[in-house]
Amino acid sequence: MFVPRQIRRNRDGLVRLDFDEHELLLLRELLDQLQPLLDDPDDPALRRLFPPAYEDAESNEQYHSLVRDQLVSGRSKALATVRETLGAQTLDPEQADAWLRVLNDLRLVLGTRLDVSEDLDYENIDLNEPHGRDLAVYGYLSWLQEQLVDALQPASGK
Amino acid sequence: MSTIVAPAEVEVQEPVSGEDWEHERPWVVIVWNDPINLMSYVTLVLQKLFGYSLQQATKLMLQVHNEGKAVVSSGNREKSELDVARLHAHGLWATMQQD
Repeated sequence: MFVPRQIRRNRDGLVRLDFDEHELLLLRELLDQLQPLLDDPDDPALRRLFPPAYEDAESNEQYHSLVRDQLVSGRSKALATVRETLGAQTLDPEQADAWLRVLNDLRLVLGTRLDVSEDLDYENIDLNEPHGRDLAVYGYLSWLQEQLVDALQPASGK
Repeated sequence: MSTIVAPAEVEVQEPVSGEDWEHERPWVVIVWNDPINLMSYVTLVLQKLFGYSLQQATKLMLQVHNEGKAVVSSGNREKSELDVARLHAHGLWATMQQD
């Protein structure tokens, strides 16, 4: 089956985006949901974005007090970049890097909520299942992420 | 019955204060397997953050995938903490511990 790619690398090294209006609408909706989550870092779905660095609680608390704000502001900044470039045709390397991280954050939040396993069969998601739509969205984001990684892979020589 | 007791072997070591020793023991940064991060993504992040070649990064990624974890960097505490934070910024499940 031929699956059209939404994300490709141009000959000039820029990343080219090709979304239709439904995709843009969906992506905007997902990005809108991520922002309030970042402002409320106690949301359980966010645990996966701010994992522990140490086994012992005290060192971990120190680590989080040191880097938490930086991690949140880095994510907010990347999110803002993706919102600004959502309708763009091309991304420069810095913008593409923001997309890479935000797509992954979206997948982490959604995947944690859905409690996905490594064996998720992307090809056979049943939309009528209770979380069918969310799983399909997760699968879609994974497909976008795979394309973007491919476009950014320095060794792929494309 | 008699036994001959050989003198115990004595290792000669430079005296090292506890603090220095703690300070010098290297830290390792570990990436753990998780069901969400894509294999290709983990490989790219390891290339980007640590300058690994595609081959080296793929080997580490597969170790994470197959064995559950892999050491991706090591160094003093400050450097390791920075590495962990950079991995966390990319959504990888990373921790650090003293070797």
